Formats: sequence, structure tokens, C-alpha cells
Amino acid sequence: MARAATTADTFNAVAEPRRREILDLLATGEHAVNDLVEALALAQPQVSKHLRVLREVGAVDVLQDGRRRVYRLNGHALKPIHDWVQRYEQTWSERFEALDDVLEELKQKEARDAECD
Amino acid sequence: MPNATSGAAVVALQGETEILITREFNATRHLVYKAYTTPELVRRWWAGRRGQMTIAEIDLRVGGMWRFVMTSSEGFEVAFHGTYREIVPDERLVHTEVYEAMPDAEAVNTLTFAETDGRTTLTVLVDCGTREVRDGMMASGMEVGMQEAYDLIEQIAIELAEEA
Repeated sequence: MARAATTADTFNAVAEPRRREILDLLATGEHAVNDLVEALALAQPQVSKHLRVLREVGAVDVLQDGRRRVYRLNGHALKPIHDWVQRYEQTWSERFEALDDVLEELKQKEARDAECD
Repeated sequence: MPNATSGAAVVALQGETEILITREFNATRHLVYKAYTTPELVRRWWAGRRGQMTIAEIDLRVGGMWRFVMTSSEGFEVAFHGTYREIVPDERLVHTEVYEAMPDAEAVNTLTFAETDGRTTLTVLVDCGTREVRDGMMASGMEVGMQEAYDLIEQIAIELAEEA
């Protein structure tokens, strides 16, 4: 499973509620650390620590904007999460396709019963 | 089956803790409700293509229990159970749902059966209680099981590696 390590870490990185908040904020656009500190009402070292975890898995990129460091969401790194949502969708789609078949039979039976009346 | 629905289920995350699943069926809501609440019928569709159902028990009254067990095609057993909280025949069902491998996490499912011109839109609102449980459910595909989830992580990792 060694190959899976970085991907698994993305899930781990995103599992932490505060880090999700950071991702939600960055989903609205780029932000400097100070913006995030203010929006989250957390101390700067904590925010920086969360940002470091997110950077390590590639979920955010850091850009130098003059003297400010600006953070940006990296959607590609979050692809596995997206894929998992699709997986769940597929589970339900398969289930409902099987239900379609059952319903088709019930309809045919209903039609036959109506003819007999 | 020219009129078969065969659309994908639409899954959306709602708020912090909810998952909303929507699907239209080419049948009256009476039939969709029946297929959802009759054990012999549930047996035929609930496992989808992922395995065989071994147990489908439904005690359809408020406070009554349900329990579904399937054996996946990979050979592991997956079981869910819950209690009915609200029953409006052909219209609405509210029941709890517990994945027996994670018995502390109880979700509350609200099913709505809405019919227009003989077609039924089913919505399943799953309230997982907490965001962690919600995301855990999404991750597992509900009944996929951890092994398959691990396999999936690995597969995604390989795909991403190939893209890079």
C-alpha cells in the first residue's frame, strides 16, 4: 500500500474540521494567512500548522504576492474525495437500476391483474 | 423496456451532516413504496450488483425494526438495521439506519415519494448527525466495506500517479 500513502493523507488532511474550514474559505478565492486567522478566529501558529498539512498533501498552493504569502486551493489534489462521492453515487445508481427491474415486473403484474378483473 | 428510467442517482451534500439522494422512477409511488417496504422485493434490488442479500426483515410500524444483510461479491458480510419513526404509506418514511460495523453512528433517513404523471421522484435524505460520520459514509460507499475502500484508495493513487 506504499503507493497509496499520499492519497490516504489527503483524506486525513481533509478529515480535520478546521482544515475543511480553511478549504471552504479558499474555495471562495485566494487568501493571505492573516485573512484566514481572522476568519477562523484561531491563533496564527495553529492556522499555519493546518496550512502546512494542507500544503504537504498538495491541497493548497502558496504564492508569493509581494511581501504577502497567499494561499490557493488546488482542486486536483482533492480529486480522490470527488471520486469517492462518485463512488457513493454509483452504489445508489446500481441499486436503483435493480429497483427499476423490480418495478417493471410489478407494473406488468398489475396490468395482468387488471385484465383479469 | 423503452420507458425504463435508468438515470443515475443524483447525490448532493447538504449542510454539514446530510446527504441527499434523488432518483426518478417510471412507476407509481405506490409501487416504489411497495418495492421499498416488502422484504421479498427488497431482497431483489437493495444489494444492487454488489452481492446477494441474505436477510431482509421489515417490521413496518412506528417503532418497528428493519434489518438488511448482504454478502458482497468479495465474500464479506455487510449488515444494516434501524427503527421506523414515521410511516405515511406511499408518501413518506422516516427511519434510523445503523451500519453494524460502526454501531455508534446512527443516521436518520427521510424518504419522500412524489408522483407526477405516473412517475415517481424518490428523495432519500440521510442525516448522519455529524460531519465526520457523513464523510465516512460517503467514503465507504455505505456498504462497500473497508477492504474495498482501501483498494479504492490504492487505485486512485495509481491513477493520480499515472496522470502526474
